[in-house]
Amino acid sequence: MGLFILRRLGVMLLTALCLTFIVFWLTNLYPNLEKLAKNQGNFRMSDEAVASFLGDRGYLQPLPVKFGQWLGVMPGWVTEGEDPADTFGRCFLAGTPEEDRPTRCGVLQGDWGFSTVFKDEVGATVLTRLALTGKLMLCVLLLMVPSALIIGVLAGMREGSKLDRSLSTFSIATTATPEYVSGVIFIALLASSKFGVSPWLADMGWIDGKTLFLGSATSAMENATFWNFFLPVLTISLYGMGYIARMTRASMTEVMTAQYIRTARLKGVKFSDIVMKHALRNALIAPFTVIMLQIPWLLNGVVIVETLFNYKGFGWLLVQAAANNDIELLLAVSVISVIVVLVTQLISDIGYVYLNPRIRIS
Amino acid sequence: MEPLTWTGSLSGLNYIFTVALILLAVSIVVQIALSFVPSGTTRAIHSDGTMASDSGAQGFVGMITSYLFYAVIALVAVYLVGGVLMGTGAGILGGMSRQMVPVWIALIVTFAVSITYKRKLGLYGKLFDSTVGMIGFALVMFWVFTGIMAGVFDMLTTHDTLSQVSGMKNKLPGTPMRSPDEGEYQWYLLGGDNLARDVFSRLLKGAWVVVQIAPLATLFAFMVGITLGLPAGYYGGRLDTFLSFLANLILAFPVILLFYLLVTPEIVQTGIPNYMAAFLFVFPLIFIGILLNSRYYTQPSFRTPLLIVVLGALGWLYLSLISTKGNIVDAGSYQIPGLPGFLDGFDIDPSILVVFVSVVFVNSPTVFRIVRGLALDIKTRDYVAAAQTRGEGPWYIMLWEILPNARGPLIVDFCLRIGYTTILLGTLGFFGLGLESESPDWGTTINTGRQLIRAYVHPLIPPALALLTLVLGLNLLADGLREESLRD
Repeated sequence: MGLFILRRLGVMLLTALCLTFIVFWLTNLYPNLEKLAKNQGNFRMSDEAVASFLGDRGYLQPLPVKFGQWLGVMPGWVTEGEDPADTFGRCFLAGTPEEDRPTRCGVLQGDWGFSTVFKDEVGATVLTRLALTGKLMLCVLLLMVPSALIIGVLAGMREGSKLDRSLSTFSIATTATPEYVSGVIFIALLASSKFGVSPWLADMGWIDGKTLFLGSATSAMENATFWNFFLPVLTISLYGMGYIARMTRASMTEVMTAQYIRTARLKGVKFSDIVMKHALRNALIAPFTVIMLQIPWLLNGVVIVETLFNYKGFGWLLVQAAANNDIELLLAVSVISVIVVLVTQLISDIGYVYLNPRIRIS
Repeated sequence: MEPLTWTGSLSGLNYIFTVALILLAVSIVVQIALSFVPSGTTRAIHSDGTMASDSGAQGFVGMITSYLFYAVIALVAVYLVGGVLMGTGAGILGGMSRQMVPVWIALIVTFAVSITYKRKLGLYGKLFDSTVGMIGFALVMFWVFTGIMAGVFDMLTTHDTLSQVSGMKNKLPGTPMRSPDEGEYQWYLLGGDNLARDVFSRLLKGAWVVVQIAPLATLFAFMVGITLGLPAGYYGGRLDTFLSFLANLILAFPVILLFYLLVTPEIVQTGIPNYMAAFLFVFPLIFIGILLNSRYYTQPSFRTPLLIVVLGALGWLYLSLISTKGNIVDAGSYQIPGLPGFLDGFDIDPSILVVFVSVVFVNSPTVFRIVRGLALDIKTRDYVAAAQTRGEGPWYIMLWEILPNARGPLIVDFCLRIGYTTILLGTLGFFGLGLESESPDWGTTINTGRQLIRAYVHPLIPPALALLTLVLGLNLLADGLREESLRD
């Protein structure tokens, strides 16, 4: 087991390195750098001005060198000024005395760089946004997992019954509704002051505000309430719910046709006891893996929903960084998403082995 | 002129329709509730020794539900047929139904022909034995016909998708035009968007963008996935480790980040999408070449001319596809020459090409994993061992023994994946990547509409529902196919 985890960690490190290199390469292509320079300086810069702007800031070094500097295995670039006090580099600003200038600063030294969009340290920016998204994800998981499991177990309990048919259709419908469709429909129906149920409810005096739910989650960043936070959570949960529910149903129907369940039924055990005590535990092994593997998928939903509901979390940060070619921020964002993907895969593998007695004992 | 209402002179039916819908909902809920209670059916033993049991309360509610369901379907049909007959006399729905007459005819013909000959049509015919599959197929074909008719033949639409008409900005559905020209359609059936363009016509044209890209991109992704997945699963070893690592690498990228990195004007300038197109589009050639060669290499006199003709035609298509204006890659500072202009069959719009390439790129690793898994499973079967004993070559075994036996799951996944590709195309549009901002496709329309979502909902809801129904149709179709193929 230890060797397995070690090997997986090695592969993880290699994957993360390859991925960041690809991101690094794509963001450092010259047209992208030109856009960055024009965003930072001004839009009417001449080609020579762009080249000198980029050259001064170390963007025109060979790609492996720049990547090494970002990692922190190579000394950072230094641009000599006419006056020694004007000299600045990757790791220090102009006016830093010579003895205080570090030679290397990169990920290995714990320095994630400087965001050109937010004018702030990348590490701090990512952490604040990540905390906000963590809040969103926690709510999503709290809503999605129990409801998906309940739907799946109820549907798989009696295969082919009306309940199964209705719930299966519901789960197919949710997997067919991407977040930007369900989000738009929810806002239109529940959070528009002119359309849907809100004006009607407001006329009847059943709701205090103008709308049943708030269509923007910006205020939920500080103070999340049911009113401003439920729609984004519901939107993400619905899309992921269907898949987990279908997997749970498949696993439940398989368990319900097993020999030991038939034996229990023939012995005259109550149906509710069969489901709760005999079937459920075995039926929930497979969904566990699915839930873990679903988490990276939720990341996509998070990006869409945070953009749609204007919730400034990690997904919103990704969009901002990518749209403005903020290289170091984008690298940090991709490192984190890769880690999320690979760690959830690892947990799902380990968890599957741990939960399944047939594998654990052999 | 008066604005149109939703149902016009058929509005008397609205009450009946609402009541039927509510009753249907109630009866479904009751049915579900009853299924928790054990059924107490009574059994009667007749004098001749046979036994009969009544269907009990559940059967009774089930009967009511199915009647209500048929009633709702019939009422919808009345709205649509009334619309076909009365046109805008039956309101907005009637007007739309009248516009869609060619689609209705095409759908009815398809279904009539397919149901008549369903026993002779293999798996496709069996689809018509399952209700779910039929509903899915109807939804998918509705949008396919709409897309083709609106996009290729320019039928169905009421107005030009780009022309802006003064006074129609953000107007509600059914608003009449202020001063329609002679012979021009007099209403904006689904209202106008924030640039005063007709929402209905844009919706139909948007279907063409999806119908054009999604199936083809999925097909290319399958070609890539199959050509790489079969040897990875069959040979295993280093090759498998390497290809699986690459696939996992691409899968570890968040899709949206990948899109943001690949589908920007800056990246198009560097020519990377053209390199990727040249790489990805060569796989169908390899696939078909190996497929034919492995089958006919024992008869060189037949194989050689066949391969020359097939690969020649495909090669020309390939080169026309990847070369634009005589160049395969035109990165400004350098060019890689391709097919000269007079031989170039068609040019692909660079913005469509980059969307197409990135969608294929995102989809192929998943297909690779599925094919690899199937190949790993099937290569242990007896018929593969038999083929190996006969001395068949590895590619013959992979393409003519393993692949045909993996077709069931692959066909089902193909349907699901078209749906997923549709969602991806919508995602690209939603972030304003790739396609131009005036493109009528659904994702872009949702993106432009969401800025005004608090005030005007009507330009947004139609494309959202269209995307929902198309993807739902594909999912139901896949479900129906899965059920029917399992029944074999």
